Amino acid sequence: MTARTTPAASPAVTGEMPRIRMSKSRRNAELGLLLFAMALITAYAATVEATMLDSVTPDFWIPAALVSLVFLGLHIVIRFLAPYADPALVPAVALINGLGVAFLRRIDLGRADAADRANFPIFAGDGGRQLAWTLLAAIMAAGLLIIVRDHRIVSRYAYTLGLVGIVLVMIPAVLPSRYSEINGAKLWILIGGFSIQPGEFAKLALVSFFAYYLVRKREVLSLASRRFLGIDFPRGRDLGPVVAVWLLSLLVLVFEKDLGTALLYFGMFVVILYVATERVSWLIIGLLLFFGGATLAYSLGASIGGPFANFYDRVQIWQDPFADPYNAGYQPVQSLLGLGTGGLFGAGPGGGQPTKVPDVEDDFIFAGLGEEIGLFGLSAFLVMYLLIVERGLRAGLAVRDSFGKLLAGGLAFTLGLQVFVIVGGVSGLIPLTGQTTPFLSAGGSSLMANWLIIAMLLRISDAAGRPVTGSASAQGDGPAGPPVKLHGAPTEVIRS
Amino acid sequence: MPEFVLTVARFGFLVLLWIFVFTVVGVIRRDLFAGAKSSRLVAAPRGVGASAGHAQPAKVKRGRAAHQLVVTAGQLAGTRITLGEAPITIGRAEDSTLVITDDYASARHARLLPRGGQWIIEDLGSTNGTYLDRAKVTGPTPVPLGVPIRIGRTSIELRP
Repeated sequence: MTARTTPAASPAVTGEMPRIRMSKSRRNAELGLLLFAMALITAYAATVEATMLDSVTPDFWIPAALVSLVFLGLHIVIRFLAPYADPALVPAVALINGLGVAFLRRIDLGRADAADRANFPIFAGDGGRQLAWTLLAAIMAAGLLIIVRDHRIVSRYAYTLGLVGIVLVMIPAVLPSRYSEINGAKLWILIGGFSIQPGEFAKLALVSFFAYYLVRKREVLSLASRRFLGIDFPRGRDLGPVVAVWLLSLLVLVFEKDLGTALLYFGMFVVILYVATERVSWLIIGLLLFFGGATLAYSLGASIGGPFANFYDRVQIWQDPFADPYNAGYQPVQSLLGLGTGGLFGAGPGGGQPTKVPDVEDDFIFAGLGEEIGLFGLSAFLVMYLLIVERGLRAGLAVRDSFGKLLAGGLAFTLGLQVFVIVGGVSGLIPLTGQTTPFLSAGGSSLMANWLIIAMLLRISDAAGRPVTGSASAQGDGPAGPPVKLHGAPTEVIRS
Repeated sequence: MPEFVLTVARFGFLVLLWIFVFTVVGVIRRDLFAGAKSSRLVAAPRGVGASAGHAQPAKVKRGRAAHQLVVTAGQLAGTRITLGEAPITIGRAEDSTLVITDDYASARHARLLPRGGQWIIEDLGSTNGTYLDRAKVTGPTPVPLGVPIRIGRTSIELRP
C-alpha cells in the first residue's frame, strides 16, 4: 500500500487533464460556430434586401444582431451552468431559428407595398414578433438550465408532469370554440389577441413522464410477458397507466382535430417503449396500430365523416393534389409549384414568391424557403436537423442513468419525427398534417417548447460529458444532493 | 444592384450554409468516431499504449492504473466512466454515479474507492451481494484490471 501512494494522484490527473482541455475547447467551438451562424444570418438578410429593394438599407443588420445577442447570452449561461454540454446543438438550432426570423421578415417585406419596403419597421409583422419570441424562448431555455441543475431531478416530479401534460393537452378541447379554435383545429388558448398552443409544451412533460414510468417498469415489461402470435405482450397491469395517458391524449387530439400532433405523441410513445424494453415487437405493434388506425380513420371519414372527415379530405388531396388545384388542393399545389420553381439552387433569397403559398409563415415555411434556396439549401437544413437529432440521441447514449437515456432519446426522436411529419407533408411524401417546423415556423409556443427540449438535451449532454471527478467538485454550485453525503464518507484516507 | 453581385450573394449564401454544416460535422467528428477508436484501444494488447498520451511513469506494481470503468454486461453495457479521484457509487438510487436498474441490485449496492493507486470495491450491505469474478465481496477488496465485478445482471470492469 505504501508504495502506491505517489501514483495515487497521478492516474487521476492524467485521466482528468485531457477531459478538461477538451471541454474548454468545446465551449469555444460552440462560440465560434455561433458567430459563424450569426454571420450567415446577416449575409442572408443583406442578400434579401439587395434582391428585394435593389439596395441594402443601413439597418439591415439590426435583426440579425439582436438574434446574435440573444444567443450569445444563452451561450454565456451554458458556459457557466452546463460547461460540458454538447457544442453543436446550440449553434445549429440558432442558425435555423435566426434564418427563420430573417425569412419571416422577408415574407413581411413581400407582403408590404413596394414603396414601404425600404423603411419597414424592424419590430413589425411576423418577423418582429418572431424576434421577440426568440428572445423569450432563449430566456426560457436559460431558465430551464438554471432551475434544473441535474436532469434526474425531473424524475422526482414525473407524475406531476404527466398530469400537467394531460391537462395542457385537454385545455383547448374543454374551452369553448371561441377561445380555442383556429382554422377548424381546436388546439389553442386564445386570450386577448394572444394564442398559446399548450400541446407543444405538453410534449416535454409527457416524455418526462413516459421516461420515468418506463425506467421503473422496464424490467417487468421486458421479462413478464405473454407470448401471443409470436410476439411478446406485456401484462396489462404493468402497462395500464402509460396506455391510459396515451389513449387519453390521443382521444383528445382526435377530438381537437389535430391528427399531426396525435401521430407525434403516438410515435413518441412507441419509440420510448422500444428504447426502454429493447424489443422490436413494440415497433411492429406500433406500426401495425398506426397503419390500422390510419386505414380505419380513412374509411370512417369516407362513410360517416364527423371528426374523421378532415383526415379523409387530407388523404384525398395528398393522393391527387392537382384534382382541384384552386380550392381544396390550392395550398399543396402552390407548395409543390414553389419547390419546383426553386429547383436545385433556388431563386435566391428574396427572389421567389413565397407569399403565394397560404400559411407560408407557419406550416408551409419549408416550401417558401425551398423556392428561394432550392434543394441545395433545403438539404443543408435537413442535415442540420439530422445533426440536432443525432446530438440528442448521442447525449442519450452517453449519459449514465436510464432515465436520462430515455428522456434524451424520446426528446430527440420527437424533434426528428416532427420534422419528418411536416416536411413530408409539405413535399407530398405523406398526407399533410398541420405541424410547425421546429425553430423555423412563426409561433411562440412551438419555438419556446422546442427550445425547452434543446435545453433539456443540453442538460443531459452536460451530465454525460461531465467527468466523474468533476461532479464531486461541482456539487458546490449544483444542487446539494445526497451524493455529497456519500462522497463525504471516510474514503479519502491515504496511508503513507 | 448589379446582377453579378446578386448571383454571387445567392450562391455564396448556399456555399456558406454548407460550409457551416461541415464545420458542425467537424466539431462533432471526434465524438462520432470516438466509439470506434476507444474500442480499438480496449482490444489492443496490454502494455501497448501504456506510454502514449501523458507519459505516466509505470510505478504501479500490479499492472497499470485504471482510467476507465466499463460496463460489460447488463442494461448499461457499453457505458464508460472516466475515473478520477472521486469514489464511484453503484446502485439503483438515482444519485448513484452508476445507476443500474436491475431487480437484483439494491438502492445503494456497492462503491468503488480509489486508495493508493488502486480501486477498492466495497459492498454497502446489499441484499444480493457483490461478486468480484466468482468470489463474494465481504470487506473492502482491491479490484485488479479486467476482472469483472458482478452486481445482479450487470458486470463492470476496470480498464486502463
